[in-house]
Amino acid sequence: MPVFYGTRVESPLMLGTAQYPSPAIMAEAFRASRAGIATVSLRREGGAGQDFHRLIKDLGIPVLPNTAGCHSVREAVTTAQMARELFETPWLKLEVIRDDDTLCPDVIALVEAARVLSDDGFQVFPYCTEDLSVCGRLLDAGCQVLMPWGAPIGSGRGLNNPYGLRSLRAHFPDVPLVVDAGIGLPSHAAQAMELGYDAVLLNTAVAKAGDPVAMARAMALAIEAGQLAHGANPIEARDMAAPSTPLFGMAVLG
Amino acid sequence: MKITLNGAARDLTGPTVQDALAEIGLGAAKVATALNGAFLPAAARPETTLKDGDALEVVAPMQGG
Repeated sequence: MPVFYGTRVESPLMLGTAQYPSPAIMAEAFRASRAGIATVSLRREGGAGQDFHRLIKDLGIPVLPNTAGCHSVREAVTTAQMARELFETPWLKLEVIRDDDTLCPDVIALVEAARVLSDDGFQVFPYCTEDLSVCGRLLDAGCQVLMPWGAPIGSGRGLNNPYGLRSLRAHFPDVPLVVDAGIGLPSHAAQAMELGYDAVLLNTAVAKAGDPVAMARAMALAIEAGQLAHGANPIEARDMAAPSTPLFGMAVLG
Repeated sequence: MKITLNGAARDLTGPTVQDALAEIGLGAAKVATALNGAFLPAAARPETTLKDGDALEVVAPMQGG
């Protein structure tokens, strides 16, 4: 099971809390999947926040507040400070967005915000790209977890750059790595785990599925399968066939 | 005083941020605050006085991915 900043999490599935058809279905999806972490956000209080806070507490799992929607270091830092007070956790999913069409992280501002927040005692989970040098800078800034995107948030495209993600895994063998965003299907989540990732963070693929509870369970099973497969040392792919049934002893019949 | 509360113009009595929160029914609510773009810890609300033109953000836990 993944360990983030010294805390062992009970499942490699990290699940978002947004976009479900109802709060009851959200809670059921968490129960069905036994997700290890719930991601949450902060928004202007319009009356719904207090009930939501109780719902989240009832899930009984660690929460990871995000800075979704922030476009600058200042916005992200202020949001982080408010989140820390409200959720009483030093954990923070740091998002600093550059482009609204792709929700691509602003990696320059991300590194700067990560440094400011790490210096202030936050335990930062940066939503980043799979770029080796950016990830190295985030570690230099104090991050002890990296969360590269699989594909743009909500796109459901799966792992756009398996090579880059595999390379990142090989480059930082001891850093907890999470594929965050872009997952559409359980097979995508399984692939991330087969690459040796420590966890998968997803939201839309479950919340917007026709049956979110069933999809949450499917994701959990796929993640478990991918994790087992990685530990089992899979065979290398090859171009030519290699018969699995022995040829020795075959009857001569023609 | 006239302030901007969560992006909307409001005329509140105050004078402190804690008073303003009570005035809008959030005196005991689980919320976090930022004043003029900077984090305002809960402990500082009772001694932080609002003035005309201030921008107060009051946020609460919400769904997120």
